[in-house]
Amino acid sequence: MSAKITPISADEPRVWAFTPENRAKVDAAIKKYPAGRQASAVLFCLDTAQRQHGWVPQAAIEHIAAILGMAPIRVTEVASFFTMINRKPVGKYLLQVCGTTPCWLRGSDEVFAAIKEETGAGKGETSADGLFTVMEVECLGACVNAPVVQVNDDFFEDLDKDNLKAALRKLKAGEQPKPGPQNGRHASEPAGGALTLKSIAGSSGVQS
Amino acid sequence: MAKLTIDGKPVEVPNGMTVLQACQTIGVEIPHFCYHERLSIAGNCRMCLVEVEKMPKPVASCAQPVMDGMVVHTDNDKVKKARKGVMEFLLINHPLDCPICDQGGECDLQDQAMAYGYDRSRYHENKRAVDEKFMGPLVKTVMTRCIHCTRCVRFATEVAGVEEIGALNRGEHMEITTYLERSLTSELSGNVVDLCPVGALTSKPYAFTARSWELRKTESIDAMDALGANVRIDARGNEVMRILPRLADDINEEWLSDKSRYVYDGLKRQRLDTPYVRRDGKLAPASWGEAFAAIAAQAKSLGGDQMAAIAGDLADCESMALLKDLMTSLGCRNLDCRQDGAKLDPAQRAAWLFNSTIAGIDQADALVLIGANPRKEAPVLNARIRKRWLAGKFPVGVIGERADLTYAYDYLGAGPNTLQDLVDGKSRFAETLRKAQRPMLIVGQGALARKDGAAVLAAARRLAEAAGMVKDGWNGFNVLHTAAARVGGMEVGFVPGQSGRDLEGILAGAESGAIKLVYLLGADEIDMKRLGRAFVVYQGHHGDAGANRADVILPGAAYTEKAATYVNTEGRAQRTKLAVFPPGEAREDWTIVRALSEALGHTLPYDTPSAVRTCLTAKSPAFGALDRIVPASWGPFGAEGPMDAAPFKSPVANFYMTDPISRASHVMAQCTAMRRDLAAADAAPTGTGS
Amino acid sequence: MLDDKDRIFTNLYGFQDWRLAGARKRGDWDGTAGFVKQGRAWIVQQVKDSGLRGRGGAGFPAGLKWSFMPPDDKRDGRPHYLVVNADESEPGTCKDRDIMRHDPHKLVEGCLIAGAAMGANTGYIYIRGEFVNEARRLEQAIAEAYDAGLVGKNAAGSGWDFDLYVHRGAGAYICGEETGLLESLEGRKGQPRLKPPFPANAGLYGCPTTVTNVETVAVVPTILRRGAAWFAKIGRERNTGTKLFCISGHVNKPCNVEEAMGIPLKELVEKHAGGVRGGWDNLLAVIPGGSSVPLLPKEICDTQLMDFDSLAAAKSGLGTAAVIVMDKSTDVVKAIARLSKFYMHESCGQCTPCREGTGWMWRVMERLVAGNAEIEEIDMLHDVTKQVEGHTICALGDAAAWPIQGLIRHFRPELERRILARKTSAAPAKAA
Repeated sequence: MSAKITPISADEPRVWAFTPENRAKVDAAIKKYPAGRQASAVLFCLDTAQRQHGWVPQAAIEHIAAILGMAPIRVTEVASFFTMINRKPVGKYLLQVCGTTPCWLRGSDEVFAAIKEETGAGKGETSADGLFTVMEVECLGACVNAPVVQVNDDFFEDLDKDNLKAALRKLKAGEQPKPGPQNGRHASEPAGGALTLKSIAGSSGVQS
Repeated sequence: MAKLTIDGKPVEVPNGMTVLQACQTIGVEIPHFCYHERLSIAGNCRMCLVEVEKMPKPVASCAQPVMDGMVVHTDNDKVKKARKGVMEFLLINHPLDCPICDQGGECDLQDQAMAYGYDRSRYHENKRAVDEKFMGPLVKTVMTRCIHCTRCVRFATEVAGVEEIGALNRGEHMEITTYLERSLTSELSGNVVDLCPVGALTSKPYAFTARSWELRKTESIDAMDALGANVRIDARGNEVMRILPRLADDINEEWLSDKSRYVYDGLKRQRLDTPYVRRDGKLAPASWGEAFAAIAAQAKSLGGDQMAAIAGDLADCESMALLKDLMTSLGCRNLDCRQDGAKLDPAQRAAWLFNSTIAGIDQADALVLIGANPRKEAPVLNARIRKRWLAGKFPVGVIGERADLTYAYDYLGAGPNTLQDLVDGKSRFAETLRKAQRPMLIVGQGALARKDGAAVLAAARRLAEAAGMVKDGWNGFNVLHTAAARVGGMEVGFVPGQSGRDLEGILAGAESGAIKLVYLLGADEIDMKRLGRAFVVYQGHHGDAGANRADVILPGAAYTEKAATYVNTEGRAQRTKLAVFPPGEAREDWTIVRALSEALGHTLPYDTPSAVRTCLTAKSPAFGALDRIVPASWGPFGAEGPMDAAPFKSPVANFYMTDPISRASHVMAQCTAMRRDLAAADAAPTGTGS
Repeated sequence: MLDDKDRIFTNLYGFQDWRLAGARKRGDWDGTAGFVKQGRAWIVQQVKDSGLRGRGGAGFPAGLKWSFMPPDDKRDGRPHYLVVNADESEPGTCKDRDIMRHDPHKLVEGCLIAGAAMGANTGYIYIRGEFVNEARRLEQAIAEAYDAGLVGKNAAGSGWDFDLYVHRGAGAYICGEETGLLESLEGRKGQPRLKPPFPANAGLYGCPTTVTNVETVAVVPTILRRGAAWFAKIGRERNTGTKLFCISGHVNKPCNVEEAMGIPLKELVEKHAGGVRGGWDNLLAVIPGGSSVPLLPKEICDTQLMDFDSLAAAKSGLGTAAVIVMDKSTDVVKAIARLSKFYMHESCGQCTPCREGTGWMWRVMERLVAGNAEIEEIDMLHDVTKQVEGHTICALGDAAAWPIQGLIRHFRPELERRILARKTSAAPAKAA
């Protein structure tokens, strides 16, 4: 064999296509960009493929390349460049744990430890039950609510060992824990209530 | 124009030039890796940093346009420090394997490390190792050596027009690879080896066979297609070790097709290294004297009209000229250099030339391809068309096979009917051609090597005239040849004399018994079965179809083994040089014909190379000006007549195997297998398309 | 302390309705058409007069940047584009997130005005991929605006046509660099472009483009409504207006807050974030403007003012005004080493000094955390940061170099102490 085609792993589908609903979404997304600039929709396509399939197999890349009129290598480049595109299967819940300094200062090491204790999965691992994949990620942009874990689409903030474990237990039980701060805060106001905007009705969370 | 100061010297250069180019105009050398003048600017290696006064940071001179009043420093401490820093970064993860690296001795990284780098490393961490990537039978990878300059990515995308190489991942994990580690499907893939400034991409067939400094370098001309690419043949002892392109802006720029570059192992296989004479049905080695005697014994009883000669695709002009003279002196007018049966019209030089010239493609503003697939027939010329197309406003129409030519085109139709519509102004593309200032057409052998070729040729001429392709200072009528020998044969006049037989006539004569002796000068592509019971002399260098059929074999020299003239498709006469000697008893071809003429009692009056060249010059103005083009005048050619509706078909089915040398090459066989495997893989389902 | 009446983001914490009705109550979309009808030059002049400097980190004067777009009499037929940088990824920074999820109409209205000021009929908001819910909310707000005729044809009755789209990223800090963002928006890897050409000449799809930060755009409607002079009066000269600060790390009450430019760092931390854990004297150092800027030790923090020029004078920067506080329990070497890892991870890999240098710097930093190095390597590391700084295509190289330079500048004794301590402990015990 002279051509050496890298074998696509056995569990990858050989044929892949968007569902009609997703294809309609893709077609709508392409319309956001000027004619001939449909490549702009490549991240949308990759994200949509991932939501459909759980991760992005090579056959999906070729499908997207064909839709957008791009060379498959170009779509592969993009898929390999962005951290949110998973090229391998992940658990039902992808736990993206921020490990960058602001979260580390407020206990991201503890977060990893709590996840390991609760799910058995360490960094880069998937729990035995296939529910959780743990990934260390860089700053998620919720630093005043550190430490933060993104569970699929949702941020879980102001974590400590106990409230994180409680949330994970709910996920295991098939329940949806409430995302956002886990310590009673509403958003990015100081704990215990806003200190500013009190003079503006309804802006500080304090009834006035 | 912009006036600037470089290292204290005032310089005036055109606006739009970069600082790096401005430096080059006054001989100030700026080290660089990613910059390449024939590729887009990447600016990523950062080796070319210079200081420009009033700019806060050092600037990448490859990407910085000149501006009036700029004061540039290329050799102060700040710049030297910046270069040292970049050099150090490039080396920290580069392996110290120069002693076993094929790039060693001709490596930009080595050279620039010597000139601009530190003399020791401060890097004490583990070095990065990168998995090798498969890129096919021609390009070997050692990706740990890669410095991520992306020249290969840009070449594949921009010049070759195959988006198959990319850089995956990011940061220090960035890796260059082909898509799914497939072979490159470009006919120009070997050029990435030249472009790679380090030893990441090297030549697979050449791997570990020689060191660059032990090679004898001979500047010569390629004969694998009709382009006449300028090449350098590197040899050690009497063996060709590799072939590289030479700079020739008007011909191959600095590119070379994979066949031209990698065919050389075919020069070492299936060689005819001694004369043979068929005895009792079997070819047996013989002396030159015995071989000549065998021919003389046949020829003496024959009249000129019972003999014929056919020149093949690799024949040089000298041997064709002498063979023509010899046959003429024997009273034979049955000559043809068109072994493919192409109806090239000897009446007009313009009828067989690429009149626009290759460089002229850059000036053209519309193109119609007629029965030509330049990607397979002349890949480097195809890259030139692509370059013109990329520059914009260059509509291309195609009559013939639908193929991936690496540029978009308007598919007009498959055959002569479409051509006729275009001539008659009935095609939508006629208007495009009429509006163009410098329209051109390229008619290929797929349109001419057929029974109605003369009528097709005439139709193409009428199209050129109707569309205003021929006018003062511009001739847009172009014939694209596939054989290095063909234009030379036409210029020499290796065509039927008065009432002589052409190829078809010769073959018919041999079948009927009217032709009793056929001289094949490297002609291997004809249907040997049609030679009937004729006595066949084969002069050539490879044991291919012609030698198999021959009664006498006269071993000649390949294009790398002789000083010989070839005329490219433009009509540009160029001369090869002897890089290695022909093997064994084989001889330079013109000397064989000269010696045979003596044995036949018709001694030709050419004893020296210069006498032979005088003979050539007398035959065509093309030979009077080596390396230059003598333009052809315009006049009627082709023949009116009915055209067959059958579609045009490129004569090149498999780019990698078109002649006795490439058919003997294992590397070309691997490439052929690679394409077959890829086609099979593509046929298997993946994705779904849309 | 800034008076509430001078705060722009009155729903910063999201206690009120984020929708159009709520936004209108807060004064948004009031008089928008009038501003647009005043014309490009007027809007740009107002922004210039306000002294607004870009809130994305570099602090370039916003009005001046917007004025680089070809004026109407020099248009060549190419469309103009507004691109809003919502790729908020600088460690420590989470202010644009609050704007988008709690006050999205300020951004949408700002886009219309900024678009009109640039002659752009189309705007794209490039939002980091992780902000899934924020992107959804922003899309809802834009849909509301379309329904209400505030964007689209004759947006808000201004006579200006303006379409606005949300474009999600997919995880790459470098897409916060404006040309890396444009590359990604065009469907390629987010590798920054060479400059020149600058986006105002050839940006998105090769057309004149201005890329500008969420906060910069979102404050403009209020500036126009209250007058450039009002904004210019807040803060200090050349450092005017209000600013969203993000206070994270070792404070008692991490939070976002809108304050006046030039507020003393100590006041910011103590009044709004509940003070440093264990008190101000327990402060070790502060990274005052997001991970890219050099840290400041306590003695500088004591008197430091929080604005572009004051922090530049202290050899640091305001950056995104993300204040990362570290108390005395902090392993400061590890804190900076973690940032080095961040930059290595986020380097796009395109140009040599950054691709190779970020990994080198991180590896040396990791050894310095454990003291596993020679004293001379501190200088060598500093030299390596200097070889990266200023030699790269984009500013990520600088951003990777500066935190280390800051560490060496202010904590060199700590680095040396660790090296010596390791050598001492590793040395074989001498016979007594």
